[in-house]
Amino acid sequence: MIHRECGVLKTSYEADMALYPLPIARWAVGALAVVFFGIVPLGLGEYYLSVANLVWIAVIGALGLNILVGYTGQVSIGHGAFMSVGAYTAANLANRLGSPWPVNLLAGGIMAALIGVIVGIPSLRIKGLYLAIATLAGQFIIEWIINHVTFISGGVQASIEVARPRLGSMALDTQRDMYYFLLFFVVLAILGTMNLVRSRVGRAFIAIRDQDIAAEIIGINIFRYKLLAFAISSFYAGVTGVVYTYFLGIANYEQFQLGVSVDYLAMIIIGGLGSVQGSIFGAFFITLLPIVIRRLMESFGGVFFEPQTVLNLIPNLRVMLFGALIIFFLIVEPEGLNRLWRNIRNYFRIWPFAY
Amino acid sequence: MRHVLAIAMALVLGGSGLLAPAPSIAQSKGDVVIGVQCDRTGPTQIVGTVLCPGFHDYIALVNSKGGVEGHKINALEVDHEYKVPPAVESYERFKQEGAVSIAVYGTPQIYALAAKLTEDRIPGTSPGFGSAAAADGVRYPFIFPIAATYWSQATASIKFVKDQLGGSLKGKKIAFIFYDNPAGREPIQVLQDLAGREGFQLREFAVPPPGVEMGAQVLDIAQRFRADFVIAHLFGGAPAVSIKELKRVGYPLKKVIGFVWASAEANIEAAGGFPAAEGYYTMQFAGVGQDYPVLNEIREMYKKEGKPAPKEMASTVFYNRGVLIAALHVEAIRNALKAKPNGKITGADVKAGFEKISNFTLGGLVPPLKITPTDHEGGGLVQIWQVKGGKFVKSTDWFSAYPDVLAKHIKDAAKS
Repeated sequence: MIHRECGVLKTSYEADMALYPLPIARWAVGALAVVFFGIVPLGLGEYYLSVANLVWIAVIGALGLNILVGYTGQVSIGHGAFMSVGAYTAANLANRLGSPWPVNLLAGGIMAALIGVIVGIPSLRIKGLYLAIATLAGQFIIEWIINHVTFISGGVQASIEVARPRLGSMALDTQRDMYYFLLFFVVLAILGTMNLVRSRVGRAFIAIRDQDIAAEIIGINIFRYKLLAFAISSFYAGVTGVVYTYFLGIANYEQFQLGVSVDYLAMIIIGGLGSVQGSIFGAFFITLLPIVIRRLMESFGGVFFEPQTVLNLIPNLRVMLFGALIIFFLIVEPEGLNRLWRNIRNYFRIWPFAY
Repeated sequence: MRHVLAIAMALVLGGSGLLAPAPSIAQSKGDVVIGVQCDRTGPTQIVGTVLCPGFHDYIALVNSKGGVEGHKINALEVDHEYKVPPAVESYERFKQEGAVSIAVYGTPQIYALAAKLTEDRIPGTSPGFGSAAAADGVRYPFIFPIAATYWSQATASIKFVKDQLGGSLKGKKIAFIFYDNPAGREPIQVLQDLAGREGFQLREFAVPPPGVEMGAQVLDIAQRFRADFVIAHLFGGAPAVSIKELKRVGYPLKKVIGFVWASAEANIEAAGGFPAAEGYYTMQFAGVGQDYPVLNEIREMYKKEGKPAPKEMASTVFYNRGVLIAALHVEAIRNALKAKPNGKITGADVKAGFEKISNFTLGGLVPPLKITPTDHEGGGLVQIWQVKGGKFVKSTDWFSAYPDVLAKHIKDAAKS
């Protein structure tokens, strides 16, 4: 209709390698950029921006986990712990050496990548549920170490306060500053992932996911690429931990416990395994759904119940509705929100001339 | 294709719900807003489901009597399931609604919000949990423990044990069984200090989360270490397990004292009821039982509305704590409004209001706290109540102990 998908002729290698070959895709990305860089941060209040910031943090973590689980097919229930590795590395560097945040961020990511590779070593011999349990062990071991080694945790409290990141002479302390700070890394993470998965490395990951024996036979070094997947994915997790630490102003190991790992797995499963958009949808969904449900119930709950009853009902109903909606969306589309979005898009692509 | 459309509709509806303007919670002009965090669905729900109604009942009582200095109080509650991201979100929400004080709930949550509270100049309370170092009002100007911290609980427990064991601890053996997380380990440094000073032997027994498996530790305490007294610092479902296990190995419960989160009716009932826990000592930072004038007033208020008193009132330990927290917030706001009669108070005014609280006892339910700009804990007073004859019986009046030890640790914490 308003755009043509056929007859797009590529006459150069650059055109062939473009991230968005179709004009409408480029327009859409441009429009999204205007919305998220301009309209959202300038039009919304501090509260909504704080919610958006929580979403951005989740997006970075979900993208990283999706590289490992969705693209390479290796399950990890240890990503919460990898985040804590990044967080504590950055917090220790910031407080002991006073290094600036870009250094801490890189160091946090690299440290998490190293630990991730170590936890990922069992993936060479075991697969599926067995690997999941191995990474679960990683989660518990890292949690225990941070909890008990005061050199890392900075004391019995296992929490280290970190000053706000500074850009030149300006401290990023409002939610709006943090919004741009986080959005910058979200854009980097999205571009990085999109380019990774269409590169040689990404194709190797996908080959390993689809059939690792076949991948080995066509010459992919499974050892190297599985560990590489763990490293890249943990790097993302480490960066997530660092930006989360800067967002809160404190690194505390109780923010990175097992539940967090499970939440991130839920994000990519609901969003869609093996897709960049799916990670983003999933992060939005899991972070925003509880808030939206509560808002709706606060608005309409008073119509049916007394105030004290509502207070008791809202949290419980929210937990139930949250679970029910996850099941609902997975039944409607087992391949996740991303597939749902593609179905909708395909429907409207030929609408109204469906036949 | 029909189902695709249905899904599209669902997505659009969901999206519109998100973008809908924040539902303004009914508030008339001049309302004073308090933010309340709560955990009614997470791992500590046995606390939240009782404590939060206590909070709201007290606020309703104040409002039914015309509010504070003519201003109604509006307590906004958000349940955060004991998770950090919802706690951050709820904090920003309270801030947007203009909250002048926030009742934070949970140790990880107070850590996560500490920096924000100070930046935004809104006082937050962390009664009976959180960082003990926050008693230092100079270093943490906007955090108010307002009740005995884990360090104060540690010194008080040693004082109590000393009295129980005949006035001297020399050569005695004390076992400290604790939940192995930062909150659980917090009192250890104070206990070790006291062990050196009083000459008793201290041994720590860690219970790994989720704290339902402690047979080995308890057996060790009772039969190998042969402790003269046991101090239990456990949360959630763990206290009940500790009582059951200690009883099973035949350790006398009248030689066991639980810290403040191991000391409610719910814990005793989960351990098999009051007869089973006969003798167990509990530590309290709010009065226990139903015989306080303020509780009678709440019952009166319900009676006037033609409703029965809420069932949560029977669980007096947590309910009364909810009343205590609410009452201290209200007093702080009252002090702030007195200082600024035009009613335009900010978080900083309420902070000053907290720092003026002294000798406010609510008929014995609240200890005679004295909160000052330097001491945000207010003295760290506790009472010991014993399980006896099917109910809690008061063993001691309000007391605190070893102020010099506490002062030293708070000073050391400020240096690091």
